[in-house]
Amino acid sequence: MTQPAKPTQNIHEYLAELEDIPGTRVYTAARARKGYHINQFAMSLMQDENRQRFKADEKAYLDEWPISDEAKAALLKRDYNTLLDLGGNVYFLSKLFSTDGLSFAEAVSTMTDMTFPEYRDMMLKGGRSPEGNRSIKGGY
Amino acid sequence: MARITAGVGSSHVPLLGVAVDQGKDRDDYFGPIFAGYDWTREWEKETKPDVIVLVYNDHASAFDMKIVPTFAIGCGERYKSADEGWGPRPVPDVEGHPDLAWHIAQSLILDEFDMTIINEMDVDHGLTVPLSMMFGKTDKWPVKVVPLAVNVVTYPVPSGNRCWALGEAIKRAVESFPEDLNVQIWGTGGMSHQLQGPRAGLLNREWDNKFLDMLEADNDEVRWIPHIEYLRETGSEGIEMVMWLIMRGALGKKVRRLHRHYHIPCSNTAIGHIVLEPEE
Repeated sequence: MTQPAKPTQNIHEYLAELEDIPGTRVYTAARARKGYHINQFAMSLMQDENRQRFKADEKAYLDEWPISDEAKAALLKRDYNTLLDLGGNVYFLSKLFSTDGLSFAEAVSTMTDMTFPEYRDMMLKGGRSPEGNRSIKGGY
Repeated sequence: MARITAGVGSSHVPLLGVAVDQGKDRDDYFGPIFAGYDWTREWEKETKPDVIVLVYNDHASAFDMKIVPTFAIGCGERYKSADEGWGPRPVPDVEGHPDLAWHIAQSLILDEFDMTIINEMDVDHGLTVPLSMMFGKTDKWPVKVVPLAVNVVTYPVPSGNRCWALGEAIKRAVESFPEDLNVQIWGTGGMSHQLQGPRAGLLNREWDNKFLDMLEADNDEVRWIPHIEYLRETGSEGIEMVMWLIMRGALGKKVRRLHRHYHIPCSNTAIGHIVLEPEE
């Protein structure tokens, strides 16, 4: 029995579109590969013993991981936008938020151009509008 | 014969779990969110489901980047609440239904959905927050749960069409289980939210409500929404809504809406909730 082949999505077009969203790093396979050890480092903070060791000497703990100096510097600075560029994913990085005792919303606000009170206020007023924020190329 | 009697869609924001655990669920901030679940809590008490097939995503709790299953089904006896870095939520263990879960797993594989089988794992807010929303604070969950974990983090995540088709296959699987069971299917996550980058905080009331309308419709157009539309319109984490399509696909062509609720904001997220009944 032969059935017609189903139309499949063109992988190159699919991946290109994911890069066309302003202020957003979609967690693609390329980023997942690049940031593998950043995310696995963050995952290690799920264990209390590791959290304690990390807090006692952040630099020494990071040196145990095969991650770049750039990523280590960004982790020490809690520079989350750079970490996204280097392949970090927010669900993994959130283990660092909790180690720091930060709420999800406060940590997220540090990636925007707002202070946390300003960000919270924007959310209470209905959040960021998608208007003008949908497409880099299209500008809509 | 087991049957799927209803579908429930709900956000699973972790802060909602905190509100329940700390007794803040009726304060000024959380009150309007939880009020929209009062109807459902009463309805759940009346309808008394035996088992929930609970579609959710793990948030770097049970799975890390070592293994990324697209669709995984929990076939274990019980699951503990995961420590997500703030300590485990103080909720009861989740009791599984291994007989039904293994039956669904086998049926799905024969139906050409190549599932990953999970025998042991902890479950995070993605699964326990919806249970708290529907059943409140309790010493023992009144249902057994078949967890169905979907990868909505690492791209490509499954298409809306594939999720819908998986729902259809779950319906067939449940209906071929010989024991008489009242089964609900829940799709969780969403609605619009973005937790990363300079665009964080994006919400889209209009699009979210269009999506809820499409779930109620007597057609399957919603399965064809491409990933890029969820991403552009509802934020990078809005993609979780594809999990609602597994629920909707399991209800058949026509549905009746029993309840619907929408609220902005909860932390970074828009809250959506819908209860649907299959109409044969």
